[in-house]
Amino acid sequence: MTNETEDPVASAARLVSGGDRVADSAPGDQGGNQGGALFTATTLDRKNARTERGYHSLFLLMSIVLILPVVAILGLLIVRGGPAFSWEFFTEAPRAQFTEGGIFPALVGTLWLVVVALLASVPLGVAAAIYLSEYAKDNALTRLINLAIINLAGVPSIVHALFGLGAFVLFFDFGTSILAASLTLAIMTLPVVIVSTRETLQAVPQSFRMACWSLGATRWQTIRKVVLPNSVSGILTGVILEVSRTVGETAPVMFTGAVLFTPFLPQGVLDETMAMSLHLYMIATVIPDVPPEVPYGVALSLILMVLVLNSASIGFRVYLRGKKKW
Amino acid sequence: MADGTQPRPAQASPAGPTSTPDASAAAICVRDFNLWYGDFQALFDVNLQVTRGKVTSLIGPSGCGKSTLLRSINRINERLGYVRTSGAIELLGQDILAEGVELTPLRRSVGMVFQRPNPLPLSIRDNVLFAYRLSKGGKTKRADEDQVLQEALEEVLLWDKVKDRLKRSATALSLEEQQKLCIARLLPIKPSVLLMDEPCSALDPKATRAVEELIWKLRGEYSILIVTHNMAQARRASDECIFMLMGEVVEHTATGEMFVTPKHQKTADYIEGRFG
Repeated sequence: MTNETEDPVASAARLVSGGDRVADSAPGDQGGNQGGALFTATTLDRKNARTERGYHSLFLLMSIVLILPVVAILGLLIVRGGPAFSWEFFTEAPRAQFTEGGIFPALVGTLWLVVVALLASVPLGVAAAIYLSEYAKDNALTRLINLAIINLAGVPSIVHALFGLGAFVLFFDFGTSILAASLTLAIMTLPVVIVSTRETLQAVPQSFRMACWSLGATRWQTIRKVVLPNSVSGILTGVILEVSRTVGETAPVMFTGAVLFTPFLPQGVLDETMAMSLHLYMIATVIPDVPPEVPYGVALSLILMVLVLNSASIGFRVYLRGKKKW
Repeated sequence: MADGTQPRPAQASPAGPTSTPDASAAAICVRDFNLWYGDFQALFDVNLQVTRGKVTSLIGPSGCGKSTLLRSINRINERLGYVRTSGAIELLGQDILAEGVELTPLRRSVGMVFQRPNPLPLSIRDNVLFAYRLSKGGKTKRADEDQVLQEALEEVLLWDKVKDRLKRSATALSLEEQQKLCIARLLPIKPSVLLMDEPCSALDPKATRAVEELIWKLRGEYSILIVTHNMAQARRASDECIFMLMGEVVEHTATGEMFVTPKHQKTADYIEGRFG
């Protein structure tokens, strides 16, 4: 790959030894060190240097490959979906069999779903994480909880959807509603919140807890005054991840609360609603005669929505981290 | 360690200072105390007394149970969950291991200073007042707070240095100042005993000297038990000295005596640097 360039080890060695050593000018000489010179590259050194460069390039390449899909997706969406953007695209309801109008009700519906899901999952998830990190002893119950979290994280979203349908829509009789859909989303994203919050809490140095306890603080006082204030930014990271996932999920809301079209904006959590993800799925696959730029436009708005929500919480995080005192 | 010839000193003679004080003069009295971490026994039949108003230093090689003993006295070890004990620890005549002992008041009367200064990530003011506010249930008057704050910081000779930056973060102070602050935050709740776990080992010699002087100044008002690896420090800054080895108390005498005429061979070997 880079064999033709001069070996940096060898050239560095030449610099060290004055640059005029005869041994160095002959590539591939055996055992330069045996000749008494201390800092000359041996064959082995040169081989190591080549391997080193190889792996460096390999890892760099892999990282760059990682960027490509992001750029490609965003580029495609902006080029193809950009023309769909207009004021009325964001402020009007779809008309004429989805071929005209905008996505306003879906936008509002997704916001409802995200907010209600957060209201349900963040308190629950953070509380569970606090228990696991600060109170739980290593016993059978704790191991059972951990097992449950891992398994919950591994359940496919369509299974969550069916569970939500059975539990919230039918058993608790919420009907197809924002509440049922958001609770389904909340359960689905709970493991993310719990795991990230627990890791953040455990990153707070144990010495702070020791100090608090030895001053006569109870566990709760320690958590409230020292542990939580120092982990808010990390907890927010979990919330960000959750938001991103919630916004885009289609399957769980499809059976539980989102509908293809409703003429009304939701007035409360027991209403049905439109949602961006379902809207996109429908106009891209089911509805005929939709102008080609519209699905791309919806997809682009979906991504923009995640970005806006994320940057808001990232901004808040940076602000909090600035106030961190250790 | 090749043993067998040496008698077990802790059993042979109930270790006590040469001037055997009566029980009422003891701030801490440990009797037949054993401690296990899971299956590992860390302390064996420890018997010792810490005289009221004196500085007692606890020396011995790493892993001999000094810190474990110290942490048993404010029962912070129990947080680990797999610790078992037997025997008794009395603080001012009261058994702290008895059932029904509340940990919060216990910890208030036994202040602890850690090896690495660990001010809380709060302002200097909030650090000093942390325990005080907790002890008052959060209802404290500003004027009282100011007074308590000043007294505590003056006591540790820190007031003049930090009085203009009380709202700044405590973690921005130098290590010496942080350690003094960690002592200062104990004082408002009037502990009877101060436990110090190698309080100077993270400090440079100058800061060590300053903290030692502070410890010496607090002597009399507080009973102080200090774990140290620094022989010179034990010698300079303590009234009595306890030597521990492998979870047992080997010797407990007045500091001057221990460093001049140690009674046990192992003590002599350790303080002269032949092992440990």
